[in-house]
Amino acid sequence: MNEKITIALAGNPNSGKTTIFNNLTGARQHVGNYPGVTVERKEGRLKFKNFDIDVVDLPGTYSLTAYSPDEVVARKVIIEEKPDVLVNVVDASNLERNLYLTTQLKELGVPVVIAMNMADMAEAQGIKFDYQLLSQLLGVEIVRTVGTKKQGIDELLEAVIKVARRKSDLPEKQVKYSSEVEEEIKKIEALLNEDTSVTHEAAASLEGIMSSRDNCLKRWLAIKLLENDKDVIGTVKSQSGAKQVLEQLAKSQEQLKKISGEDTEMLIVDGRYAFIRGACQESTTFTEEDRLSMTEKIDKVLINRLLGLPIFLGIMWLLFQLTFTLGGPPMEWLDAGFGALGEWAAVHMQEGLAQSLIVDGIIGGVGGVVVFLPNIILLFMGIAFLEGSGYMARAAFVMDKLMHKVGLHGKSFIPMLIGFGCTIQAIMATRTLENDRDRLLTMLIAPLMSCGARLPVYTLLIAAFFHESVAGNILFSIYLIGIALAIIMAKVFRKWLLPGESEPFVMELPAYRLPTIKSVLIHMWERSWLYLKKAGTIILAASIIIWTLFTFPIIDPQGNEFESANVQMEQSYAGRIGKAIEPVIAPLGFDWKTGVALVAGFAAKEVVVSTMGTLYSIEDEDALAEEEEGSVKSFADRTREKSGYTPLVAYVLMLFTLIYVPCMATIAVLKRETNGWKWPMFTIGYTCALAWVVCFIVYRGGLLLGIGV
Amino acid sequence: MENGNLKNLEPGQKAKIAKISGTSSIKRRIMDMGLVPGAEIEMERYAPLGDPVEIKLKGYHLSLRKEEAENIVIE
Repeated sequence: MNEKITIALAGNPNSGKTTIFNNLTGARQHVGNYPGVTVERKEGRLKFKNFDIDVVDLPGTYSLTAYSPDEVVARKVIIEEKPDVLVNVVDASNLERNLYLTTQLKELGVPVVIAMNMADMAEAQGIKFDYQLLSQLLGVEIVRTVGTKKQGIDELLEAVIKVARRKSDLPEKQVKYSSEVEEEIKKIEALLNEDTSVTHEAAASLEGIMSSRDNCLKRWLAIKLLENDKDVIGTVKSQSGAKQVLEQLAKSQEQLKKISGEDTEMLIVDGRYAFIRGACQESTTFTEEDRLSMTEKIDKVLINRLLGLPIFLGIMWLLFQLTFTLGGPPMEWLDAGFGALGEWAAVHMQEGLAQSLIVDGIIGGVGGVVVFLPNIILLFMGIAFLEGSGYMARAAFVMDKLMHKVGLHGKSFIPMLIGFGCTIQAIMATRTLENDRDRLLTMLIAPLMSCGARLPVYTLLIAAFFHESVAGNILFSIYLIGIALAIIMAKVFRKWLLPGESEPFVMELPAYRLPTIKSVLIHMWERSWLYLKKAGTIILAASIIIWTLFTFPIIDPQGNEFESANVQMEQSYAGRIGKAIEPVIAPLGFDWKTGVALVAGFAAKEVVVSTMGTLYSIEDEDALAEEEEGSVKSFADRTREKSGYTPLVAYVLMLFTLIYVPCMATIAVLKRETNGWKWPMFTIGYTCALAWVVCFIVYRGGLLLGIGV
Repeated sequence: MENGNLKNLEPGQKAKIAKISGTSSIKRRIMDMGLVPGAEIEMERYAPLGDPVEIKLKGYHLSLRKEEAENIVIE
């Protein structure tokens, strides 16, 4: 039987933690979500000698406070799941700041092994480490690693096993705070000692730390209390005997404030950094002073005051081209493939309901999801490269002022831009935002960026109802209204829906490096698979529901077949829904047929056009699909004749298509990314309401002013 | 040197942090990144649109908005 060991990987963002994780586990990874939060949980497994090692990749954090969900999750895993060993991945070229997290990990009482990662980069910068001395000073086993070159992985595992078997002979070391702080820690600890129920109940609910760690736990609790940690204080408050502890806490904090004039929290942070500074100064030597690093040279150009913005826009243009232009042909092949598959199934199956379900419902629906795969793969290849290379932080640096004005983050820009291509990718691209609120806000307004699938609707309606000379302006106005609404809604949501102090923008600009092909491929694969798996199942269900709405009933009440497709559609459930919502949409100038087209548009926006084609018995759908100019024109002409729209109604319909419910694939992705149905439902609700209000204003205003009637 | 504000530092200028002000969550986020009293920092550059700013400390690069930089008092 192999022995089992559980390890958790902790470390700062940009410390190369993911590369180490990939090196350890290879492709044997599982990605999920922590319950109740959008923080992602990554796990993997490996065999080393005669050990089975489970690896949990904790979210990358700089600290372990209660201020961010990532940090709360990280410490919860450490406390509740009690990994045997914590592997702390540290960026060697940025040692002091990285060790700050280490000091906090150690306070939790779990054995730590440090992976001094990217050691080659530090050495190239002329930094030399005395590994032995440093591990003595910190009381931690240290292994030199270079994740990108797979160096030191075996040694790291050896150290993990040594520590797990308690074979390490290093002295026990903890941060010693200033004597005043230590005194107060002791006082609180003593109270926790006397009334062990507080300790144990707090321990049980916070964690259930093992008895062997009790001493560590008390100290940790005392420090966290002094740090004003709202989670810990909250837990302690609910325990019996808490009053005494909290009274002492208030006294201690007051005492410390009197002596130092500083908040206790700051004294503790300061104490940790002082401890680290001491350890680093003794064990690190710099052979070269103040040399301009490669990163600094690159940044002199890339985020230059004059060139920064044009270069950023150029890179965005490339990303857009990569995703949508390069992704275009394979998307068409997939589309054609599914078309052929549908035809093949149609030929080889008996005509009837089953055939229709499989061809129109399932193959059509699933095909509609899979065709986006080339785009998603390419987009995430691009994003993985931008993130892995370190440029993503610069992009946020360049764009932040603009985005901050509307209450967003610099990193929101990229998802918004991607939104002009496809909302699904835009929502997936919000992963680059670390802060939950910023991320949610970006996801909520991303659907207002007019995606590519809405373009055919605009093209048709503009061709049918507007003169060529204004066509460009009309189209442009739709896009502009989308952007303006996004800005307004961002401000509204920030103020009413997600209020509170805005998140401080304190962002590291990591050193540039070339991402490994492996890490780019793993990232790409992970995202694409999640998209297919999670979104795919919901979309399959939704496609079948929509197919059912449009297919049933298949015979009229007398038991006869309907005379034509448009009569059948009128009688179908979808048709009935259209009629049922007619009173609601009538004030916007729409009739029930438009209502049906809008219901169909929930499947995918471009379907609005083909549904209108069927409803108004405008044949030639295939000709439209081929986009021959002549046929588009004749189709457009017939649309104008048969629908009886005025240009104003046509414009309002375009606006409605822009704003209302993003397609079901977007809803499915929203559900996956926000980890629940709350936000997708909210998005459906708010976009419909907003669409109605905007269209009402435009339609009524147009009627009053006599424009386009 | 008189006490000043990180926000007003020109690119290329160096300074030592004297004190961090602000609400506790902002303060904590700033200090967690190593911006503690006594730390030496150098202003690297302003973003193309003038905000945020980039500073260098403890051998790494950090960007913060001017509204955060305002909380950092320098010697």
